Amino acid sequence: MVEEKVVYQRPDALCDVPTHYCPGCTHGVAHRLVAEVIDELGVRGRTIGVSPVGCAVFAYQYFDMDGAEAAHGRAPAMATGIKRVMPDHVVFTYQGDGDLAAIGIAEIIHAATRGENITTIFINNAIYGMTGGQMAPTTLPGQRTTSSPSGRDVELTGYPIRMAELLAGMPGAAYVARQSLHSVKEINRAKRAIATAFKAQLAGLGFSMVELLSSCPTNWKLTPPEALAWVEQVMVPYYPLGEYKVTDEVRALTRKQG
Amino acid sequence: MTIELLKGNVALAEAAIRAGVEAYFGYPITPQTELLEHMAKRMPELGRAFVQAESEVAAINMVYGAACTGVRTMTSSSSPGISLMQEGLSYIAGSEVPAVIVDIMRGGPGLGNIQPSQSDYFQVTRSAGHGDYHPIVLAPASVQEAIDLMTEAFDLADKYRHVVYVVADGLLGQMMEPAELPPMQPLRKERAGWALTGSEGREKRIITSLQLNAPDLEAVNLRLQFKLAEIRKREQRSTEMLTENVRLVVVGYGTAGRIAETAVKRAREDGMKVGLFRPITLWPFPERRLSALADQVDAFLVVEMNAGQMLDDVRLAAGGQVPVSFVGRMGGVVPVPEEIYDKIEEIYVKLPVRVR
Ligand SMILES: Cc1ncc(C[n+]2csc(CCOP(=O)(O)OP(=O)(O)O)c2C)c(N)n1
Ligand code: SF4
Repeated sequence: MVEEKVVYQRPDALCDVPTHYCPGCTHGVAHRLVAEVIDELGVRGRTIGVSPVGCAVFAYQYFDMDGAEAAHGRAPAMATGIKRVMPDHVVFTYQGDGDLAAIGIAEIIHAATRGENITTIFINNAIYGMTGGQMAPTTLPGQRTTSSPSGRDVELTGYPIRMAELLAGMPGAAYVARQSLHSVKEINRAKRAIATAFKAQLAGLGFSMVELLSSCPTNWKLTPPEALAWVEQVMVPYYPLGEYKVTDEVRALTRKQG
Repeated sequence: MTIELLKGNVALAEAAIRAGVEAYFGYPITPQTELLEHMAKRMPELGRAFVQAESEVAAINMVYGAACTGVRTMTSSSSPGISLMQEGLSYIAGSEVPAVIVDIMRGGPGLGNIQPSQSDYFQVTRSAGHGDYHPIVLAPASVQEAIDLMTEAFDLADKYRHVVYVVADGLLGQMMEPAELPPMQPLRKERAGWALTGSEGREKRIITSLQLNAPDLEAVNLRLQFKLAEIRKREQRSTEMLTENVRLVVVGYGTAGRIAETAVKRAREDGMKVGLFRPITLWPFPERRLSALADQVDAFLVVEMNAGQMLDDVRLAAGGQVPVSFVGRMGGVVPVPEEIYDKIEEIYVKLPVRVR
C-alpha cells in the first residue's frame, strides 16, 4: 500500500469556494498567504477582515472568518472603528492601489499616523482592475491604460506613488515592507513579511503594512507568465523590494519568535 | 436626580454617554464642537473609544466599523460635515447596522456660516446618501428634549438597525437651559446575533451592502422598505398646543417651533383661534395627526429657518384640504416672534367665513 502524506492543502482560513479572480491573477496568491499566516498564528476565530472596493471586494467570501465590506478607500477607517472597540481582536484590511493610494490615501496615512494597531495588505498591480484597467496612482511612466491610452505622461499626471516609502515615514508605523508575488522565492519572502506584520499587531506595536507587487494579466493584456515577468522587470525596478520600517520592538519580536 | 444648567451640545454628549455609547468618532465643526470636546474628555475617562478623525468621511466610516461589532456608536457634525458623510451613511443603512448621528445645522449652501439654520431638512429626511430609503430623524426643541431624544435615538437605532439622526440648530446646541440627565445605563454585555465578534465557535458572519444580483438587491430593498413602513406606522411623533377648535395651525419644529409658540400665544391673547403643531420626528413625518388636523382647521402656516423644506411634507399631509402658507428666514437669520405673528394675522383676517 502506498502511504499518503498531505503536503499541500487549502488553509483553514480560506473557504472551499471558487473565486472570481482572473486566471493568473496574484490576488489569489495573496489571499492564500494571509490565510496561511492567520492559521499559523492560530487567530482565525478572533480575526476580522475588512474588504475593499476593487477586485478583492469579495475577499470576505473567501476568508473563513468574520468580515466586513468597506466603502471605496475607507477600509482603514472602518478597521479603526472595529479595532477601537475590539482591541483584543486581529483586524486587517486588504486593499488595492486605487483604493489605498488614490481615494483612500487620507485614511491610510492617518491610520498609520495614529499607530492604529491594524494590519494592511496592499495589492499594488499598477492599475484599476475592477473598473476595467484605468490609470492608478501606481501606474508606471509610459504604461498604457484605458485612461492613459498613449501611456502615462508624467508631465500631465505626475509620477507613480511609492506607498511603502511614504507610510514608513509615519512615526506610528511599526512595520512596513514591500514584497512581490512574481516568483516562488518572492512569495516566500512575502509570506514572512505578512507574518511579521500580523505578529506586530498581536504584540500591540502599532500599524503594519505589507505592499505586494501583484499581477493583472487581464488589464495589462498579457498572458499570466508575461505578467509575472512584467512585475519582475518593470515594477520591481521602480518599486524596490524590502523592509522599509522595522521598529526595534518588531525586530526583537521576529528574533525571538524566529 | 438633579436639575442642572446645561449647554445643548454638552447635554447631547452626556446623554449619549449615559445611553451607553461605547465609541465616538468626530471631526471639529462649529456649532457642534462642544459635543466632540465633551466626548474627548469623558470617553477616555470611562474607558470608552474616542477618535478625532481626519475628516467626516473617515469619522462616519469609523462609526460604520464600530457599529458592525454591535456596540452603540455615534458621530456628530454640522451641515457641511453631514454632506461629507453621505456615502458612509448609505453603506450603514444598506448593511443594516445601528448608528446615531447628531447634526447641529448651520446656514448654507457652501461654507455658508455658523449661524442657526434648518437648511438640512431635505438632506436628512429625504435620504442619507444614495439609495432608496429614509433615515429616522428626531428634532428636539429644548435642551431637556435633546437629552430625552438622544437616549431614544440609540434605542430606535438598535430596534430597527438603522441610521438615526438627532437634528438641531446652533441655537439649541449653544443654548444653556436647566435640564435633568438620566442615570448612567450599564454597557451591554451581550452582542447581537449579527455582530462581528470573531467566528470562534460559530459560523463566520459578514456585514456588507453589496449584492451583485439585481433580484438579491431588490430583496434587500424590499426588506428595508418593509422596515420603513413599520417605522412609519409606529414612530410618528409630534406635540401640539391649543389645537382644539382653532382655525389656523402653525407648524414648526425645533427652534422655529419654539419661536412660533411665542407668536401663537400672543395671537391667542389677541383673540385669534390659532394653535401650534410641532413635529418631533421629521422622518417619519407625523402625517397621520397633521392630516387629522387638516380636517378640523381652515389653514396651516409653516415656519422654518430655511426656504420652506418641511413645507412639502405639510402640503402632502394637508392633501389639498386646506391652504398651506409659509414664513421663514434663511442663511442663519433667526425669525423673531413678531414676523410670525404678522403672518398669522395676515392669514387669519383673510380666512373665509366658516362653512363647516
Ligand atoms: C466612491 C466610489 N468611486 C468609484 C468607485 C468605482 N470603483 C470600483 S473599484 C475601483 C478601482 C479599484 O482599483 P484598485 O483599488 O486598484 O483595486 P483592483 O481592482 O485593481 O484590485 C473604482 C474606481 C466606487 N465603487 N466608489
Ligand atoms: S482584473 Fe486584474 S486584478 Fe482583477 S481579478 Fe482580473 S487579473 Fe486580477
